[in-house]
Amino acid sequence: MSAYLITGADLAGSGRGDLLIIDGRFADPADAPADVERIDADGLVALPGLVDLHTHLREPGREDAETVATGSAAAARGGYTAVLAMANTNPVTDTAEAATHIAALGAAAGHAQVVPVGAITKDLAGAELAELGLMARSAAGVRVFSDDGHCVADSRLMRRALEYVRAFDGVIAQHAQDPRLAGPDACCHEGEISGRLGLPGWPPAAESTIVARDVELAELTRSRVHVCHVTTAETVEVLRWAKRRGVAVTAEVTPHHLLLTTDEVLGYDPTYKVNPPLRPAEHVAALRAALADGTIDAVATDHAPHARHDKEHAFADAAFGMVGLETALGVVIETMRDALGWAGIADRMSAAPARIARLAEQGRPLRPGEPANLVLVDPSARAVVDAARSASLSRNNPWHGRELPDPVVATFWQGRRTFARDSAAV
Amino acid sequence: MRHLLSAADLDRQEIIEILDLAEEMAQVLHRPIKKLPALRGRTVVNLFFEDSTRTRSSFEIAGKWLSADVINISAKGSSVSKGESLRDTVLTVAAMGVDALVIRHQASGAPAQAAQWIDAQVVNAGDGMHEHPTQALLDAFTMRRHFRGRAGEDGDGPTDFTGRTVASVGDITHSRVARSNALLLRTLGAEVIMVAPPTLLPSGIDSWPVEVRTDLDSVLERADIVMMLRVQRERMSGGYFPTPREYTVGYGLTRDRLARLRPEAAICHPGPMNRGLEISADAADAANSLVLDQVAAGVAVRMSVLYQLLGGADEDADHARATSATVKETIR
Repeated sequence: MSAYLITGADLAGSGRGDLLIIDGRFADPADAPADVERIDADGLVALPGLVDLHTHLREPGREDAETVATGSAAAARGGYTAVLAMANTNPVTDTAEAATHIAALGAAAGHAQVVPVGAITKDLAGAELAELGLMARSAAGVRVFSDDGHCVADSRLMRRALEYVRAFDGVIAQHAQDPRLAGPDACCHEGEISGRLGLPGWPPAAESTIVARDVELAELTRSRVHVCHVTTAETVEVLRWAKRRGVAVTAEVTPHHLLLTTDEVLGYDPTYKVNPPLRPAEHVAALRAALADGTIDAVATDHAPHARHDKEHAFADAAFGMVGLETALGVVIETMRDALGWAGIADRMSAAPARIARLAEQGRPLRPGEPANLVLVDPSARAVVDAARSASLSRNNPWHGRELPDPVVATFWQGRRTFARDSAAV
Repeated sequence: MRHLLSAADLDRQEIIEILDLAEEMAQVLHRPIKKLPALRGRTVVNLFFEDSTRTRSSFEIAGKWLSADVINISAKGSSVSKGESLRDTVLTVAAMGVDALVIRHQASGAPAQAAQWIDAQVVNAGDGMHEHPTQALLDAFTMRRHFRGRAGEDGDGPTDFTGRTVASVGDITHSRVARSNALLLRTLGAEVIMVAPPTLLPSGIDSWPVEVRTDLDSVLERADIVMMLRVQRERMSGGYFPTPREYTVGYGLTRDRLARLRPEAAICHPGPMNRGLEISADAADAANSLVLDQVAAGVAVRMSVLYQLLGGADEDADHARATSATVKETIR
């Protein structure tokens, strides 16, 4: 295996230093062998490899939109060394066999650690628990369970799920959407724009009321609940209150909800149709503040690739979701660098999500003995996003044509270089 | 005018030109031979993803009387369920060499999306809960005739609606007619009042340039026009109001309320009517009911719209007025 000596990088905001990568781990730079490949990282920032709690890889079932291999390659381009693959594939990841298969596909592709998320309920139907324990005990070691795309609306079922996963330190990741307040037709933040455009509205209360219930259930069951893709100021208030009380609740926010607003849907462009929907600017400001103060623990992409034709319907009929793995760090730098600094970005995009997902080999500090998962970041590079230049199979990219930070210079997973922007320079 | 997607696409002058030209077109209806050669060689496709009788047939007649070739395509049912994308359907139709596409779709925004994909001109013939701009134009045409008739003038009465008050009553949330009417009538200078139970008022209506009321009785005596909106059958069981009976008591144009309208006030309804629910038979058939006038206006107004789009496309206002004069000449 290659050895790399990375010199002069700012180590996640803690000052400049050198990093020696050897045998998949960081080692004392003084021990660099003579034939080491030297990488001059002067002016670059080194962050621990990013961890995405929320990725849709579409395999099995929709390999025309994404595969484990293409999605994890996009992850590496985005600076990620681990992604959690959501369970809403076809068939659903609701058995140990399905989970093991996803993990094996990820290992074979070799771009990043691919960790399956297990379904909470069989076939995501919201009726009976899936085999949570068998998935946990499988080689895939599933710890995160989610019916993402569907809310576990039944309070008793949610209680049982939370109770049950406590046995193996699992976490229930809830897609918080009261289906009676925001049904499957709801495709736009309920407000002035939905009223004007005549689009079925998705009121903020459909999210925050479920989160309020779930934190009560987490307290009752002494278990862990994680809130997927928080979008509203009201949910942020519920999370603050719950964390003050010591409830084991964590939460994530997507890059798109940190920057884009409801205004994007004014032209009925289904590229901006996403669930939960884009919200007005006051919610965006609340989400940024919550991510800055730790009320929201992590950034997660909700990377949701779709075949072109699934987005070329009328807005109400088009598929929900947008790609995001390759732009996530750029958006976070754009919106949060001043508030978080590099150490904060490393926490929200690597250490915190790794902790939530119980990934022992991810999100670790950049020091000798730790696994060599690393992204090298150019803090000043910017570029206009081109949807066509992507490792993903899909092009439903809301950032196309926008100028954003273009930070990722190289990514290393387990000491192996999984992406290099310009292999001559690095 | 490139497309007609929203009533907001039209300024006051453009609306008045469409209404004035529609007056000329209306005269064609009284001639034994109704065809004008204005759009000869042009092709208009009515692409209807949702059932419609009166809108589709009035566009069809309007196109035919202007000598355009008119083709009706029914694409009922969600394109998602058929496996074809909206874009493919629209491109397929446009590829046949169509000049104008008249689109009705159950999803808001579909005509606006189509307009971005093709070169042909697009007319929104009703999209979901969003807009129905030609309905708003024919409503304005009907109301203006009523105001002119009341003024005892013949053709040269008021051109706009300054000082007039129009109350729209009923399911505002799900009504594309209400949205287009609010925009168009405001542009023409009318005061617009929207009356509905709070469950049927759209979110954000407080920022619309309209007065919002939840009590019909408080506005009856102020209205020059009362526009009763249809209550869709699916709303009756949707929990928006307890029972049809209670709806009628609160928001129906009953015989009692009819008697309390100002003597010069008139009644509109975009149809089809639920007699006995939002409108009583007495009101529907009253001397001051304009319901059938609205239907009759549909053809003339749509002739005017198609002519403005296809006959004088991309030309400046002076030229549009000149072509309008040519049409008047042809009619005489």
